[in-house]
Amino acid sequence: MTKVTLTVNGQTVEKDIADNRLLVELLREDVGLTGTHVGCDTSQCGACVVHVNGKAVKSCTMLALEAEGAEVVTIEGLAKEGALHPVQEAFRDHHGLQCGFCTPGMIMSSVDIIRRNPELDEQMVRAELEGNICRCTGYQGIVKAVLAAADVLKKEAV
Amino acid sequence: MYAFSFKRAASIEEAAALFKGGDDPQYLAGGQTLIPTLKQRLAAPSDLIEINRIEGLKGIGEEEGAIVIGAGVTHAEVAASDLVRARLPGLAALAGEIGDPQVRHRGTLGGSVANNDPAADYPAGVLALDAEIRTAQRSIPADDYFQGMFETALEEGELITSVAFKVPEKSAYAKFPNPASRYAMVGVYVAKFADGVRVAVTGAGPGVFRVPEIEAALSKDFTEAALAGISVSAEGLNSDLHGSADYRAHLVGVMARRAVAS
Repeated sequence: MTKVTLTVNGQTVEKDIADNRLLVELLREDVGLTGTHVGCDTSQCGACVVHVNGKAVKSCTMLALEAEGAEVVTIEGLAKEGALHPVQEAFRDHHGLQCGFCTPGMIMSSVDIIRRNPELDEQMVRAELEGNICRCTGYQGIVKAVLAAADVLKKEAV
Repeated sequence: MYAFSFKRAASIEEAAALFKGGDDPQYLAGGQTLIPTLKQRLAAPSDLIEINRIEGLKGIGEEEGAIVIGAGVTHAEVAASDLVRARLPGLAALAGEIGDPQVRHRGTLGGSVANNDPAADYPAGVLALDAEIRTAQRSIPADDYFQGMFETALEEGELITSVAFKVPEKSAYAKFPNPASRYAMVGVYVAKFADGVRVAVTGAGPGVFRVPEIEAALSKDFTEAALAGISVSAEGLNSDLHGSADYRAHLVGVMARRAVAS
């Protein structure tokens, strides 16, 4: 067992874990944040996407010990004071989900996509979402939601 | 995953020392291939030595006309680098097409080159750009470095520190991704230097390789038309449920033409 210390959604987390613990296992099972999902567990589907030091990564393909000292944000960390994050709001408004299983990863990826790309168009959103798979095939709504959220965030930034 | 002992290296020297001290150790860079491999229990190292925090493996710079990229630089950093985009736009584009955005945030140049997956993108760029693979001990020319499927000139425990890429007049990478896995079925990197053209192919064979007949034709005449009559032999190419060797050989020509056209 090895001690790991990191920040999750602004709170310090300290745990004794096995060296081969995955970040997603730490988040779900040790910290109890089950919003981050495990879909394929082979780093393809993107249901497990979280932000580590501001970058979207697949938490099923990262060891928890690699996150030592890192700032991790999960889907639970997006809403502030009870108000949904604009990307969450846009997914609701534009029917960006059906069953909802992929949604936490889709939203975490989308926040990262919007942050990295000041100007987005539909083609870019589709290319950037390559690492997230929706089995309900709800991509139309998802792409609309990302574009709408990008507009909202751009206006907020001005 | 089997159990292993996780070690954190703060320097290149410390990484080498930790490696020497392990039973059956392995370096862990971005982990985008290694962690899935461990999860499938296809590998059982005694120690995993994290090298991601080593400052000496970071950074992108220019040295005597070559672009030198640290082994620990991620694909996303290469794709976004102003220097790489200006001097080696083909390589920046290649890095921006590896895996998906999340993988590109973790995966590193050194990890990809050390692993030498036969369908990885970087080996094509490294070989076509006549790069030098630099380790803590020596510098290895790309032509000597890649030795077939997952095989390289690296000695046990030898750590790649950076890769120095020659800057061609122009270069481009064209990839035909497998529609499901998105790995390269065939990826062709074409680099036009003042003294000739180098063409490297990934995905099609057991390891990255150069294509002398395409290089000769493009060295004479750097146009798509110069490749019109050239066919690549299917001998030794991969044949599997994704495509036959003949199909892959055909794709080498198609991707080479697309690379030249772009």
